Amino acid sequence: MSINATLIGQMITFTLLVWFTMKYVWPPLIEALEERKQKIAEGLAAAEKGQEDVKLAEKRAKKYLKEAKAESANIITLAQKRATDVVEESKETAKLEGEKMILAAKAQIEQEMQQAKENLRKEVSALALKAAEQILQEEIDKAKHKELISKVSEQLG
Amino acid sequence: MSSEGGATGYIVHHLTPLSVGEGFWTLHLDTLFFSAVLGVIFILFFKNAAEKATTGVPGLTQNIAEMLVEFVDQQVKDTFHGRSKLIAPLGLTIFCWVLLWNTMDVIPVDLLGLIGTVAGVEYLRVVPSTDLNATFALSISVFILIIFYSIKIKGVFGFAKELTCTPFGPWMMPFNLLLKIVEEIAKPISLALRLFGNLYAGELIFILIALLPAFIQPFLSFPWAIFHLLIIVLQAFIFMVLTIVYLSMAHEDH
Repeated sequence: MSINATLIGQMITFTLLVWFTMKYVWPPLIEALEERKQKIAEGLAAAEKGQEDVKLAEKRAKKYLKEAKAESANIITLAQKRATDVVEESKETAKLEGEKMILAAKAQIEQEMQQAKENLRKEVSALALKAAEQILQEEIDKAKHKELISKVSEQLG
Repeated sequence: MSSEGGATGYIVHHLTPLSVGEGFWTLHLDTLFFSAVLGVIFILFFKNAAEKATTGVPGLTQNIAEMLVEFVDQQVKDTFHGRSKLIAPLGLTIFCWVLLWNTMDVIPVDLLGLIGTVAGVEYLRVVPSTDLNATFALSISVFILIIFYSIKIKGVFGFAKELTCTPFGPWMMPFNLLLKIVEEIAKPISLALRLFGNLYAGELIFILIALLPAFIQPFLSFPWAIFHLLIIVLQAFIFMVLTIVYLSMAHEDH
């Protein structure tokens, strides 16, 4: 076992190996590692942010849902009230209309009654005139006796 | 079994490197070859991972590479409080390379030797960490870096001051210097010898188990291999962590 020139040869090999490692092996590998570390850190941060976003969105969705429920309940109440109102209103209208119709009918009846009475009066006066004619055997001059006739018919009325 | 016969011959054969040259200029071809091959495997694997590196879902290769990179990066961040482009890749290289060296230890002791013999290579020692040259090459490189960064960060005078005036103040200068030199020299020596000793002993025990009768071998080599897996990773880890610690000490200004 002796130290000899092999030592020098080994040292040269070693120097070459270290040089090569330093120049071509170490930098790309450590760079890749660092970059991956960075990527993973970013990914984790993004995931965390995503989870937070989801939580926020859920919260917001709940809020919206609550609001929508309240709104719909409100609308239903309003609609019910409106429906009741409409029913009441139409009832009222119908009642008024009915009364109006009754009044109109009554008026018409009254009018027709008046008409009938008038007609009757006219006929009766005509009859009375005819009868008087017959009785007097003389034609009554309508123009001459206008005053008389109207007096008679007034009395008849 | 070795062609020389006998237990001693077998052990010696297994622990003798394939070498060329004489004296200091001897080259351990097996150490050089296997560590270079393992280094190329390491480079190819990580180059592949680095080229395909994506920030999206990683594949298997990238996953393994990223696990190792993050592991080393974490160690560096825990120990070293500064910015350095060198320390982390250096730690990764040391960890993976030493781990691959050590892993050669769990390949059955005779297998590659047998292939070598068939291929006409007489001696073959496949675990580079059982060669002092390999472990010292690493630790001396680290030592050079320690000195380099000490001077770079603290300046020549700052470093000289640290060597001479700590821990006992300027009046104990020679003693301080002696203490500091021992402290600094101890770093590469302990690094290299720790790795070498652990793996050499482990390999030796595998060789000793291989000398026992065949029916006993599995009951010994299997538990030892499992235990050894722990040592393999642990020694690679210790080498890396101590390198980081030493270099961050060099960066610290007192």
